[in-house]
Amino acid sequence: MPMLSRLQWAISLAVLALLLALPFLLPSFWTGNIMGRAIVYGIVAMSLTFLASYGGFISLAQTMIAGIAGYTVAVLAPTAIPLGNHWLPYWALIPLAVAAATFAGAVVGLIAVRTREIYLLMITLALAVGFSLFAQSNIDWFNGYEGIRNILGPDIFGYPFRNLYVFYYSSLLVATALYFLVLYVVKTPFGLVLQGIRDNPRRVSAIGFNVGVHRVASFALAGFIAGWGGVLITFYNIGITPGSIGIWATVNVLVMAVIGGLGHPIGAFIGALVYTLFDTFAATIYDRDRFNTLIGLVFLVIVLVSPDGLLGLFRRLTGWRTGRSVATETMEEKT
Amino acid sequence: MLRKRLSHSTAVAAIAAAAFVLTGPAPATAEDDVIVIGSITTLEGPFATGGQDAYRAMEMAFEEIDYTIAGKRIEWIRESSDAQADVALARARKLIEQDDVDIIIGPLSGAEGIALRDYSRTLEGKTIVNGSSGAADTTLRDPSPNFFRFNTEGTQWTAGLGNYVYDELGVDHVALVAADYAFPYAQVMGFMLEYCAAGGAVTKLWSPLNTTDFGSIIANIPEDAGAIVLIQGGTDALAFLTQYAETGGDRPIIGGSITADQTLLSARGPHQRLMEGMVAAGPIADLNDDPMWIEWVEAYRERFPDGFDSPSIHAFNYYTNTKAVLLALEEVDGDLSDNQAAFQEALANVEFQNPMGANVRLDHNRQAISDIFLTRVVNDGGTMRTEAFGTTEGVTQSMGMDEEEFLALGSPSRDNPDCPPGS
Amino acid sequence: MSLQYALTVTLNGLTLAALYFIVASGFSLIFGLMRTVNMAHGSLYLIGAYVGFAVFDPLYMNDATYSYAWYIAILAGIAAAAIVGIVMQVAFLGWMQGQELRQALVTIGISIIVADQLLANFGGSPFQFFAPDILFGPMEIPFVGRYSTFRVFQIGVAVAVGVGLWLLLNKTRLGIMVRAGVDDRQMLAACGINVPLIAVFVFGLGAALAGFGGVIGATAQPTQLGIDVKFLLTSLVVVIVGGMGSIPGTAIGAILIGVTEQWGQALLPTYSVILTFVIMVAVLAVRPQGIMGRPD
Repeated sequence: MPMLSRLQWAISLAVLALLLALPFLLPSFWTGNIMGRAIVYGIVAMSLTFLASYGGFISLAQTMIAGIAGYTVAVLAPTAIPLGNHWLPYWALIPLAVAAATFAGAVVGLIAVRTREIYLLMITLALAVGFSLFAQSNIDWFNGYEGIRNILGPDIFGYPFRNLYVFYYSSLLVATALYFLVLYVVKTPFGLVLQGIRDNPRRVSAIGFNVGVHRVASFALAGFIAGWGGVLITFYNIGITPGSIGIWATVNVLVMAVIGGLGHPIGAFIGALVYTLFDTFAATIYDRDRFNTLIGLVFLVIVLVSPDGLLGLFRRLTGWRTGRSVATETMEEKT
Repeated sequence: MLRKRLSHSTAVAAIAAAAFVLTGPAPATAEDDVIVIGSITTLEGPFATGGQDAYRAMEMAFEEIDYTIAGKRIEWIRESSDAQADVALARARKLIEQDDVDIIIGPLSGAEGIALRDYSRTLEGKTIVNGSSGAADTTLRDPSPNFFRFNTEGTQWTAGLGNYVYDELGVDHVALVAADYAFPYAQVMGFMLEYCAAGGAVTKLWSPLNTTDFGSIIANIPEDAGAIVLIQGGTDALAFLTQYAETGGDRPIIGGSITADQTLLSARGPHQRLMEGMVAAGPIADLNDDPMWIEWVEAYRERFPDGFDSPSIHAFNYYTNTKAVLLALEEVDGDLSDNQAAFQEALANVEFQNPMGANVRLDHNRQAISDIFLTRVVNDGGTMRTEAFGTTEGVTQSMGMDEEEFLALGSPSRDNPDCPPGS
Repeated sequence: MSLQYALTVTLNGLTLAALYFIVASGFSLIFGLMRTVNMAHGSLYLIGAYVGFAVFDPLYMNDATYSYAWYIAILAGIAAAAIVGIVMQVAFLGWMQGQELRQALVTIGISIIVADQLLANFGGSPFQFFAPDILFGPMEIPFVGRYSTFRVFQIGVAVAVGVGLWLLLNKTRLGIMVRAGVDDRQMLAACGINVPLIAVFVFGLGAALAGFGGVIGATAQPTQLGIDVKFLLTSLVVVIVGGMGSIPGTAIGAILIGVTEQWGQALLPTYSVILTFVIMVAVLAVRPQGIMGRPD
């Protein structure tokens, strides 16, 4: 089965062309701090969407895993304040950070692999909060509550990473590559087995596939994706603090993924964009003080009205209903 | 397949909407007769009360000059964070890049301050003036030329306390109960530099931030400690004092600068017995004889009947920093041309008195040198208040030491400085 | 290390465990019958504490009523949390019974809104109840010395809650129906029992325990926004360790976590926060269903 049909390729390329042209169409603030921010957080949200959509579990540990990549970069970065005892150039650091996140993803998978989906939600939340509390209380490596600052990122073709265009296009490149990676993986035998496990683990196991290994591998892949997000977020925020990976950061990524829709990886980016717009302009459109009530209500309404998010809502509104979506099944399946 | 295709069209629709519908409103254009000041404080989460009070004080400062300087109108754009560095940074970017403000005043907490300091370094022709954040490193190590701070910081705030405890209270061994992160480290350093030099010994008991159960810490307080130095804020301080009172503890309590703040004084509970008479040091006291202070507190109460009984430390710091900005703007007749060169020059040299009546000027790192007060908690007709009873004048960021020598001591940490009993 | 010190730290751990048990037992009960992971359990704790305090404060200030203000606050906190819990079950969770992840997401949404609305209505300042005079202050305990009376009282309350739940579940008709529901919901419904009504009752009871814990907890420790996350997290860890839906398991989990937390703080202050999670991971590795949990 091909990864995408010819029409899908055409649409994907059109969207990509539009995204490539955006910096020339939008004011710089919109490029960097709306689109750019949505893309880097969208990558982390996509790692959650990938697990939910094709694996059938909601993992709240993805922000933590992104944070492990972010802290790996920060602890060893040549420009860090405070500077650690050892540091590496960025070109070596970024793959190391992504590898650390992939490994952390596999570890979370190992911890969670023997439990049911609903336990997984609790375990991953506990791990996420536990890690942020640890980062907050650990001075020796993580510099505690103040975190590690001045993580500027590498120079690319002689331009600093924080240059608007360098940041935007690097993030877009990474996000696009990871997006197509996900679309590719789910069509491979590995991806098909994974979806088989989601729908009926016993049957897949009976055919002779090792359910545990597949699940751990899917967590490792999700960790790989989240790791890239974590690296880019750390460059975007010029550093990392325990607040970057705390309970609110975790909940925000979940909010993005759910608002966009857990049924397809593109939902993560749509959700991240919607969230970023709300977050930036809440003060203008609504009382900033009550932002959390607003975002909580939006989240609640989405979950109540359209469990598969804006994607599902759009599908229904336009009458294009192709049966139950993956996310709805995931949520309704188990009793 | 159909589903996939539709997902893509959704994406197109969403991005198109973002691109074409939401590009407006256009950023406030920099008119010649308008000075745009942005501000960031914490209006979300548990620290929201401090942030609200900060904005009250800023409003007072702007109203005093009727939002006008040298014929130019001041436009004030308020933003809010939740005391997280990433959020403060996102707000600062919005203020600078979308709203095109000239000056940012803020933020409130330490990690946010360091994040904005790093951001300010990347800016040209923009100025960030601190709000209330008090981390020492914001201006001490790797300072940024665009970041100014007219309030004193954590280390400075404990000036005079160590000598007072050793000389006046006659205590030569204290148990230190402090939260385990950078701000208390700085406060502890300020205290211990004096106290250890005078000959005192300190047993340190660190607790993780947000500890609410101090049972084991209380059990660890040495028998022969003559007093407890409590460098904790908010709920943590309240929890310790309540639990210490409950176990019948009766040692005198010496507070840090955030221990005896309004939230703790106004909270009712068993801790009040221990708080009465508590000595602390800091840049502000509720009761201070200085006429400027009396006048300012009266103006605050009149303007904000629903505010605090007495302005908080955040109100005081935001006001002091805003005042400095307005004085410097007046000095240059609101001229922000030439990448704000004249304005920043004026700001670096402004010298004035803050509402406590203390003189404020900047050092070469653009950090305030000002007076620190010894305070005592008194029962003022049923209300707990802090009262100033001593002053250390002109406290520098290096605590009166030579700057090189001070920096050579290293960053304050759990083990630095150290003077355990029996050494 | 002296014996006195060791006993004090252990006693601290047990008194903390008592509080954890009260809160987590409600969480475990709800999960046991309905398989609902109530991510708003910490919010119910906070609602109990805040509403209780709103009722307590004026009564305590008045000389005529101050002596019983605390007891009224307990009733108010329990009632407020129970009402909110029942509304949650009736309005949102009941009709999506069986969709576990969706229920969890709904409760996450509710907890975001509740935390923000509590901030809007009650402000962000910390507060704490005054225990009644009879429970306040130190008492003498052999080998330990002076010790907080209220903390000892907490243990008594937790034991009472545990015994009460045991009697309810084992000695009443209602309890038999609840336990039958835990084992086989469909069969219970087939017997003509109104299962949704039992679900509303159990959710109300679980929420009431959270609210009760809120007032007790806010008497022992100052309370502020953000503590909802702490108690949600503690409840999660306690029931994951002890075993979902098992009251004895919850008690074991609470004791394990409470004692570890206090000993961790005494011996390894920097790393005390992660000890709890190390225990959780260790238990999951050996017994994924928890110490007293039954495998699915």
